[in-house]
Amino acid sequence: MQNLKQDSKGNRVIISVLGPDRVGIIAGVANILSENNINILDISQTIIQEFLAMVLIADMEKSKINMEQLKEKLAEKGREIGVKIDAQHEDVFNFMHRL
Amino acid sequence: MLTLAEIVETIKMVQEENLDIRTITMGISLRDCAGPSPAAARKKIYDKITGLAGNLVRVGEEIEKEFGIPIVNKRISVTPISLVAESCGEEDYTGFAKTLDEAAEAVGVNFIGGFSALVHKGFTTGDMRLVQSIPRALATTQRVCSSVNVATSKAGINMDAVYLMGKIIKETAQLTAHRDGLGCAKLVVFSNVPEDNPFMAGAFHGIGEPESVINVGVSGPGVVKNVVERNKDADFGTLAEAIKKTAFKITRMGELVGRTAASRLGVPFGIVDISLAPTPAVGDSVAEILEYMGLERCGTHGTTAALALLNDAVKKGGAMGSSYVGGLSGAFIPVSEDAGMIRAVEIGALGLDKLEAMTCVCSVGLDMIAVPGDTGPETIAAIIADEVAIGVINHKTTAVRIIPAPGKKVGDRVEFGGLLGRAPVMPVHPFSSDIFVRRGGRIPAPVSSLTN
Repeated sequence: MQNLKQDSKGNRVIISVLGPDRVGIIAGVANILSENNINILDISQTIIQEFLAMVLIADMEKSKINMEQLKEKLAEKGREIGVKIDAQHEDVFNFMHRL
Repeated sequence: MLTLAEIVETIKMVQEENLDIRTITMGISLRDCAGPSPAAARKKIYDKITGLAGNLVRVGEEIEKEFGIPIVNKRISVTPISLVAESCGEEDYTGFAKTLDEAAEAVGVNFIGGFSALVHKGFTTGDMRLVQSIPRALATTQRVCSSVNVATSKAGINMDAVYLMGKIIKETAQLTAHRDGLGCAKLVVFSNVPEDNPFMAGAFHGIGEPESVINVGVSGPGVVKNVVERNKDADFGTLAEAIKKTAFKITRMGELVGRTAASRLGVPFGIVDISLAPTPAVGDSVAEILEYMGLERCGTHGTTAALALLNDAVKKGGAMGSSYVGGLSGAFIPVSEDAGMIRAVEIGALGLDKLEAMTCVCSVGLDMIAVPGDTGPETIAAIIADEVAIGVINHKTTAVRIIPAPGKKVGDRVEFGGLLGRAPVMPVHPFSSDIFVRRGGRIPAPVSSLTN
């Protein structure tokens, strides 16, 4: 995640997907984000055994929905495709791992 | 930039290891609410608390959602009521406790601390009235917590207060006998009490504090336990280092949540209390951390050393993680609130004497201990005296939260429910301390230059 766009104003969220690998996970998440004008800055993923861990960084600067609504939509999509999807403010991770 | 491993580590801490923020506590000064009319003072108190803390729960829930980290409790601490109620002529302060209870209910918090008095050198009229009101106050309210500071390293130990608290604890247990003496679970006797502690039942808003403040208590025994488990073959230096790093990460979450809450509520950020606070939930136990270090059961030989290592490593990591560390900031070892402690007591691995030794190297003291219902006030006072002596001599906070469970004997169990948990009734020494406790007066403050 070296080439992240640097122009965001503190509205970045980290969306995490944990669960069995399925067709359409990235498409499902990306659809929700594009429908609501949330810009994807970076995606990375790894497969640990048969489980997928995907992390997506997005900018909510021009988002049509707020964090709570986004979390609800993602959780609903997660239930539909059988994975756990959550969104957290980027500060949580920066605060924990960076000084 | 963040790595995938770091992001997954954080998510795992919350989802699998019970990482949470234990409490956001809003401290509120009630010093401007004092006055000659009890009714007018109580109205001011109610209005001030509901005015300042009206958004506390909503903001807490908002932050929870945004950051994806549970904030288990939202609470309030206020100026010791002995100071606020003293100007009015009323003799029974139960009415003030009821006002606090109503205000807490109105803003939706589960506990409000500050039905308190500081009497380490002696009682004022208001202090005495408050202490005498404690049993009724705790029996007639749901959310009010009470604390009394009976000793400091500078003033020594007020043994009159210690003896009186032995009687007050008995009376509190009697008045809440139908619920196993629940009132005593909301009453703490302290030495060297901190003024900015966010944890109940000992929280109050000290006199050196600002008008209003946000203090945060972190949690995380589950996260530390997993780190200890992963380092099961490591030597002590490596183990301490691993705990330190984890404590840093846990504390950073407290710092972030505290600062965000303070800024949204428009009040200053006070401190992060870096105590490891267990809950009765499986895997959220301080005792289990000690057992994972290589002890068969918490309470056996080596427990004090293990706890000393844990407590110190948590402080070192935590101090680096927050700009202001305060409150109690040490590992809690409450019996009823920690599944591992309960198990250790039930199989006979852990007793009162070992718990007392453990309190020399961590915070709080003898916490949530149930003893037989026929334990006399003198014995309870002697237990308090021992515990506060440890605090006074070692220049640290210690406390006693003890429940002489009415009608119960050793081997029985008391149930408080929720975060307060359940406790096996533990034996006390059968030999009398009556004459010692009844001497009265004050144990002088210790000399601090000859430190052995």
